[in-house]
Amino acid sequence: MAGTLDAPRYHGRWHRPRTSVFWWLESWRYTRFVLRELTSVCVAWTALVLMAYVGAAGLGAEALATFLSWMGAPWLVAWHVVVLAGLVYHSVSWFSLAPSAMVVRVGGRRVPASLIVGGNVAAWVVVSAALLWLAGRA
Amino acid sequence: MAATVTVEVARYRPERDAEPVFQQYEVPVRHEWVVLDALTHVKDEIDGSVAFRWSCRMGVCGSCGMMVNGQPTLTCASYLTDHLPGPIRIEPLRHFPVIRDLVVDLASFLRKLRRVKPWIVRDDGPVEPEGEYRQTPEELERYHQFSQCINCLLCYSACPIVGLEPDFTGPAAIALAQRYNLDSRDRGARERLEALSGDHGIWDCTFVGECTEVCPKNVDPAGAIQQYKLASALDTLRSFVLPWGK
Repeated sequence: MAGTLDAPRYHGRWHRPRTSVFWWLESWRYTRFVLRELTSVCVAWTALVLMAYVGAAGLGAEALATFLSWMGAPWLVAWHVVVLAGLVYHSVSWFSLAPSAMVVRVGGRRVPASLIVGGNVAAWVVVSAALLWLAGRA
Repeated sequence: MAATVTVEVARYRPERDAEPVFQQYEVPVRHEWVVLDALTHVKDEIDGSVAFRWSCRMGVCGSCGMMVNGQPTLTCASYLTDHLPGPIRIEPLRHFPVIRDLVVDLASFLRKLRRVKPWIVRDDGPVEPEGEYRQTPEELERYHQFSQCINCLLCYSACPIVGLEPDFTGPAAIALAQRYNLDSRDRGARERLEALSGDHGIWDCTFVGECTEVCPKNVDPAGAIQQYKLASALDTLRSFVLPWGK
């Protein structure tokens, strides 16, 4: 048995195809995965902007006004529309994967995937609505 | 329905081919034939030199996995009629060295499998009076899905990480480790920790999820890996918050 498992890793007469750097274009499902990974940049960007927003608000009205005037620049508004689309795609695709990682049992039975996705989306909507409300008051 | 279909079989004969080449064969289409039947027809009636693996022909042994039109497929479970009008391109499983034609070398997988100790680990001998480890249906249900793996390795061919990081332990081996970790009779989780959480373990997985998509037995290896990641992360967090507790 040991002889079989410890056989040489490489053999001169085997053919060993290499994975192309464009493997993620081979199927839409791979591309979808790469898009999900890339849109995490949108999540990071949003977190940075949110922290800068809170920081500016903490420095006073003048700093907040300067920050908001920067944010109103047309190119930044256009970029943030793209960021929002990426953020929604990232969030929705992650929530749809949540049931794979989260095994919740109630009364010995596994909670259905639809309830886990629904719970995540509901929590997301509630937190987003609360943030919008807070921002509106500010 | 077409009377025949063209199958394009990847041929790699190390004594004469520097690279695999495709060879076309015309095979009859029968309603009940699967892709493996087409290959068997080629071997029996047209060209006996074509090499491929198969055994049970009923989705149990996991020997006849190949790439069919670019998709990792159990060829005994894929009807010819689903691929008409053809041609049907048949290649060896991706991400494994090709020994000949459609036959790949599986030693790398066997090495990985052995590392995760896919068996019940006990050091206390039989504890039940009858020498059995009893289990409730609920305890069985926790790991049952992961125990359905037939080692067909379609998941390794679907996983781009296996292609990019050949040492990645990979979906089936991790799912089988998790199958034993979740078994109430097993005590080996700590012994599997290094193989699963160390280099080339679960953290190499970026959750592409294709392993689960192609699994012919609905094992959900991607789920097994993410569940282990979550458990491992919670365990680490717990050791920070409660360093004195178990």
